[in-house]
Amino acid sequence: MSVLQEISSNVKNMKTLEYSLLARWTKQIKEDLRQGVKKPFREVIDVSWGDPHRGGVKPLTFVRQVLAACLYPQLMNGEKLPVDVRQRAQKLLDGCAGWSRLVFSKCSFSLGSYSATGGLPEIVQRVSEFISRRDGGVPSNPENIFLCCGSQWALTRILNVLVNAEAPFPTGVLTPAPCYSTTPLSIEGLGGVVIPYYLSEERGWELQVEELHRALESCKGACHPIALYVINPGNPAGQVQSRKSMQEVIRFASEKRLFLLADEVYQGCVYGETEFVSYKRVLSEMGPPLSDTVELASFHSASKGFMGECGLRGGYVELVNLDPAVKKYIYTLFCADSSPPVLGQIALDLMTNPPQPGDPSYLLYYQETQHIRSTVVKNVKKACEVINSLQGFSCQAVEGGAFAFPRIHLPAKAIQKAKEAGMQPDTFYCLRLLEEAGVLASPGSDYGQEEGTFHIRFCILLPHDVLGELLQRLSDFHTQFMKDFS
Amino acid sequence: MTTSLDYVNPRVRAIRVSTQSFLQNLAHQITQNMTQGGQKPLKGVIDLSSGDPHRAGMKPVSFVRQVLAVCLYPHLLQDKIFSLDVKLRAQRLLQICEGQSLGSYTASSGLHHIRQTIADFITKRDAGISANPRNVFISSGAQRALMVVVKLLSSGEGQTQTGILTPQPCPYTLPPLLDEAGVLAVPYRLMEERGWALDLNQLRQALDSARGGCNPRAIYISNPGNPTGHVQDRNSIQEVIQLATAEKLLLLVDEVYQDSVYGQNTEFLSYKKVLFEMGQEFSETVELVSFHSLSCASVAECGLRAGYMEAVNIDPDVMKVFDTMLCTDISAPTTGQLALDLMLNPPGPGDPSYDTHAQELLLTRTVLTRNAQRALEVLNDLPGFSCQPAMGGIYLYPSVKLPAGIREQAEMLELGADVFYCQKLLEEERLLLGAGQDSGEAGSHHFRLCVLVPTYVLEDALHRLSAFHLHLMGHHTVAGRNVKGKAGCSSQSGLTCVQPTTV
Repeated sequence: MSVLQEISSNVKNMKTLEYSLLARWTKQIKEDLRQGVKKPFREVIDVSWGDPHRGGVKPLTFVRQVLAACLYPQLMNGEKLPVDVRQRAQKLLDGCAGWSRLVFSKCSFSLGSYSATGGLPEIVQRVSEFISRRDGGVPSNPENIFLCCGSQWALTRILNVLVNAEAPFPTGVLTPAPCYSTTPLSIEGLGGVVIPYYLSEERGWELQVEELHRALESCKGACHPIALYVINPGNPAGQVQSRKSMQEVIRFASEKRLFLLADEVYQGCVYGETEFVSYKRVLSEMGPPLSDTVELASFHSASKGFMGECGLRGGYVELVNLDPAVKKYIYTLFCADSSPPVLGQIALDLMTNPPQPGDPSYLLYYQETQHIRSTVVKNVKKACEVINSLQGFSCQAVEGGAFAFPRIHLPAKAIQKAKEAGMQPDTFYCLRLLEEAGVLASPGSDYGQEEGTFHIRFCILLPHDVLGELLQRLSDFHTQFMKDFS
Repeated sequence: MTTSLDYVNPRVRAIRVSTQSFLQNLAHQITQNMTQGGQKPLKGVIDLSSGDPHRAGMKPVSFVRQVLAVCLYPHLLQDKIFSLDVKLRAQRLLQICEGQSLGSYTASSGLHHIRQTIADFITKRDAGISANPRNVFISSGAQRALMVVVKLLSSGEGQTQTGILTPQPCPYTLPPLLDEAGVLAVPYRLMEERGWALDLNQLRQALDSARGGCNPRAIYISNPGNPTGHVQDRNSIQEVIQLATAEKLLLLVDEVYQDSVYGQNTEFLSYKKVLFEMGQEFSETVELVSFHSLSCASVAECGLRAGYMEAVNIDPDVMKVFDTMLCTDISAPTTGQLALDLMLNPPGPGDPSYDTHAQELLLTRTVLTRNAQRALEVLNDLPGFSCQPAMGGIYLYPSVKLPAGIREQAEMLELGADVFYCQKLLEEERLLLGAGQDSGEAGSHHFRLCVLVPTYVLEDALHRLSAFHLHLMGHHTVAGRNVKGKAGCSSQSGLTCVQPTTV
């Protein structure tokens, strides 16, 4: 008999994603392709992740040069790397050595060291300056900033402080539907309960405060709501919140005494008319008493935006208006895991302090980021056009983020077929899409959606030609699918 | 405030704060004050409390850094300074990354190719007992993997609360980890007089006393021992395995320092190897999870954050849950995963990088062995200090008898005597050692010092420690030499540190 037979119930509650079924099929298909099995396509286009490099977007040269020089300082000998790259790498390495640098001037600085738990102090300082600049001068205190192994990691730690699995009533966290799937998984794994609030699809996935009220009412007596999680720009729905909407959310959080968790990792990816403004800035501009009392944690990361360095695992959280005693516990939790990866921290430094006009690397950096930006803008336009032109397919405008989240109006026959196969209708659609067109997208069921509606999510941070190929395959498949099940 | 202390998850509130962070903060403050003072300080802080060789000045392994640099910036494939095997390896590794970039996420249990490399390494290490990559899970450091398994075990409260037998002393990161998971630590004493050996009777006693108070479900082992440096022999390992079988306990074995065994006539034996050599009744039933990581002695890339666990005889359904839990981190840092490949599949004889690589590893091992020996001698010469020789790992763990005066002062400040000593040592000599209290023994007067540091750093540290300790104890000899005048004058005269010699 297995010792692990009785698995902690919290862990058992973590849902298995529909995606895992698709992932297994993909593995099989890729293996078949490798073995030379004939299929209607030559390779699988995997757009199920928000991972630009996976899709073919190239890393930024300046970022990679600095990272390489930090890892292997001998590269700084001679002139092969631009002078600003060398200067930045040297500055970062000087910051890495830690406390021994004063004595051992010949000490080899190395990225292989654990760093101070909140992050390397010099980098934390520069992140706080970035935040302040971004928010038009609203001050940011480095003591409230923690660098971490990806923003999700920080989010889980904060949730751990808030979620009390042993209380008589389970702790509830208001989460958007649709919502990026990792967060609800973390909430459940900690013994908490997800309270979904539905974004309004017909109004471009707008967050309506009446819906927040309804969601809160619905869980009265069943759980103890403690936090409100918002994603702005949205994932998977690509909406960017208006200032007015954010003010309503803040007032709601204050009135209902909820901790505001603002996932803002896509703040660098905004394409529509609405500009991104941070929750911290809006809160600050609303003045006291709100600006002094609403508790807020905002998350950002080096994984998204045009840098797209998901694999380096660099993220941070900034805490606002937290009780110092509570912050102490958050610090304890962060301490428990030694330190965030040093390369990820460096990536954050580069993200928040890119080359400036006049720097030797500026021109190339500007060209590369502009190229990615204009590609994405084109992609968004094309994707929406193509999808909206197809019968039984519709897509709200994508104002920001890395995904399109179109709605499929599935015919009754398809829904029936899916039921018979024992899967969600949109999973069924995605599986067929994978088998027949070699496109791996993820089903809306993994994100939460209004009952009776179906969606798929795919990444649009791709080279334009790859997106073109994707849309071609998708249109052909979709047209055929709708015909087959009409 | 909404989130006042009342609302903080009680389990989080119960996490014991290790004095390690208190002392580290103090060290940081001291450094800040020194830099702000404007004057050039005479000596900086030496930190021997964390197992972080690079911080202390040990050099990284060239092959690892070169390959990673090329992977990060593939333009370097055209650079003449890198040898062919570096470039070939970088190319191969880039191919296994999605989009040929290490900026991509990987599957949550790690890149398949790397899991295969790990499995191959394990098979070779264990003389052919095969390992399957499906049983290997890569995470952001071994501690993270350990947390996944411990969280799975965690359940119940009061009498049914999960308990895990833990060595006393244990790694200082273990108590807070168990607290966070809601699991009770059930300590079993290691036998200091016998070089910190495991004793079956101690294990049995711990188990018996635990039953009725909690539900013991696992045994945690650290081999080579952290912080003790003890390396278990086959007999000892077999005894533990037999006990685990009889009592239906999961074995959690931290083998991070398996590459740094230097004791005479000592070799590292993995629990898995011993298990499989005990015959089918054990090898097919005993449930075992073993851990390894980049933070080991040879490579010591602590900042890259990657480690793995190998699951033996664990139900496949349970392993699926490992994967689900690792999903919440999305994936371990890709650079760290690649570094695991470089660590476990190094250049072979005939490869251009082989000679340099072999020399670097040999040098590290030599420094470690020499330092351990030197530190042992100096410590055992200090009045009140007594240190067991270590056979492996990167620490020494001496015990010290502290005078009543010190113990009283510490009590008045509500600090453990060893913590108080470490604080004073830090303030007066800028030397940071780890306090034994963090290793789970209240009232223990032990210190932890990492000896995998450049030799000149160790010499400086021992010099400072001796000066401090002798001053404290009021004696007048330092490692065999007589110091004229007042004890402690060597520290007050502002001697600059020992000149760095080649490491």
